[in-house]
This record gives sequence, structure tokens and C-alpha cells, in this order.
Amino acid sequence: MTPELILASAGLADRLAEERALVRLLRAGDPRAFESLVAAHHTALTAVALTYVRRRDVAEEVVQETWIGVLRAIERFEGRSSLKTWIFRILVNTAMARGKREARSVPFSSLDHDEDHEPAVEPERFRPPGDLYPGHWQSAPSDWSAQPEDVLRGRETLAVVRHAIDALPDLQRRVITMRDIVGFSADDVCAALTLSPNHQRVLLHRARSRVRAALEVHLDD
Amino acid sequence: MTDLRADMTCHEVVELVSDYLEGALAPDTAARFERHLRTCDGCTRYLDQMRTTIATVGRLREDAVPPEALDRLVAKFEDWRRSSGHA
Repeated sequence: MTPELILASAGLADRLAEERALVRLLRAGDPRAFESLVAAHHTALTAVALTYVRRRDVAEEVVQETWIGVLRAIERFEGRSSLKTWIFRILVNTAMARGKREARSVPFSSLDHDEDHEPAVEPERFRPPGDLYPGHWQSAPSDWSAQPEDVLRGRETLAVVRHAIDALPDLQRRVITMRDIVGFSADDVCAALTLSPNHQRVLLHRARSRVRAALEVHLDD
Repeated sequence: MTDLRADMTCHEVVELVSDYLEGALAPDTAARFERHLRTCDGCTRYLDQMRTTIATVGRLREDAVPPEALDRLVAKFEDWRRSSGHA
């Protein structure tokens, strides 16, 4: 990290000091330190585990195994990455091992890469070449701010979103889960999934575009 | 590649929306993107739909750790504490 970046991320020094203190307490066997870590990361770990193994009970086992792995390895944590990144790396490794054992997930397939090139919106929605305004909307998106609030926030709409995310290719599902459900930064996702920043953005774009398209079908009906 | 002087089409805009929201567009591309939005209701609505999509996905977040899971983990923690020689 450049000095400019360090200066730009205000509070980073505080966060690092806080993290070192937490690690010390954990090594000393302080249960409150462990509980605060669990409170901070457990539901996020579960959401990410569910992008590797589909069954909730299996995902919960993976997360429990992750926490045990964290405790076993905390003595060796060197602070080269943030504690959060380190914990999620343990989760990803645990989940991948488990996923392979269950042979349910297609291993990081070429499929994901092929789908990186899928258009965000069907080409037929735009005016064709040779038209007076080629590449402009033929059938423009509707105004969702005109939608009643209780429809947008309703259970049905949430189910549509959940379903659309579940149908995404593995990597896209992982990235949108970490970014938009769990609230990770792009850097956190790149570190946890060992993705380049560019690939992370492409995956996020494809995932969000597909979820938007599913919402459009649902809301414009 | 697209001509930098040319106006952006809606078809191009929808592929750049995420990079725009991520702040990942080069300054000149971001300027062309915003210039397009100022005169295009369709793309303004598309960007708004994308923001609504992101907010809606965010509502799938669960915050509370289930109490049974927490109890199980605290028990595991105690096992670890004893076996690793803590008091």
C-alpha cells in the first residue's frame, strides 16, 4: 500500500491497533473476544458458505469448522492481511474442501468465464445498426420510483431476488453475496476469493445485471 | 474501441453502469457517461433500477447470530481453551 493510500484510509491505524488487541485477548483465551468476533462475522460467513454448499446444515458445519480452524491457527496469525480477510480465507478453503468432497459444485469452471461476456441487457432492447439512433433504447426501462413501496420491499420481490442470485454461476453468486449482501469492499472480495480487481468488477456487473433483469420481469408484469 | 469524441449509446451505458457505480471509469469516460445520462431518461431510469437492485439485494442480509449456533460455538471455544492449556 502506498503512503497516500494509508493516509487516505483514516482510522486504519486505530483499526489495526484494535485488531492486535483482539488477537492478544483471543490467544489469552478471553471468551468475550471470541464472542465479539463471532458477532461480527458469523452471519456473513454463513452467507458465503452457502455459495459453496447449498444445504444450510452443511454450511453451518463449514462455518463451525472455520471457527475451530481460526482458534487453532490464531497463534500463527501474523497480521499480514486483516483478521477479517484471514478468517474468510479459512472459510473459503474449508468450504472448497467440503464442496469437493460432496462434489456438488462444478470446480471453478470455464462456464463462469464464458458468462462474463453475456450482455447486461438483451440486444433487442436497443435500436439496430442502420437505425436513425443505433444503440439507443428501443424499449426503455420503466420508472421504478413509481412502484408502490410495499411492492418493492415486499416478500415476493425479495424472493425473486433470492431466486435470481441462487441461479447465478458460482463465482458471480459469491461476488454479489459478499459485496451486496454481506457488505464487503471490492478489496475484501478480491483478497478472499483471490480475484483480480477487474475480474471482480466483471463478475459483480454480470450478477447485478441478471438480478436487475429478474426484478424487471417481476415488477413490470 | 469507441471514439472518445463520440456520444455514448445506451447500449454502451448499460455495460458501464457497474464500473461507474464502483468509481472505476477513467475520468473522460465517466464524463461521457454523465453527459449521456443528462439527456437520456431511459438510462437515468436504468441507473436508478440498478441502485434499487443493489439496495434490494442488501435486504437479504441477516444480522443476528442464531442463539443455538452461538451456544455451540462458545462450547467449542471452551474445549479449545482447555485443550490449548488456557486456565
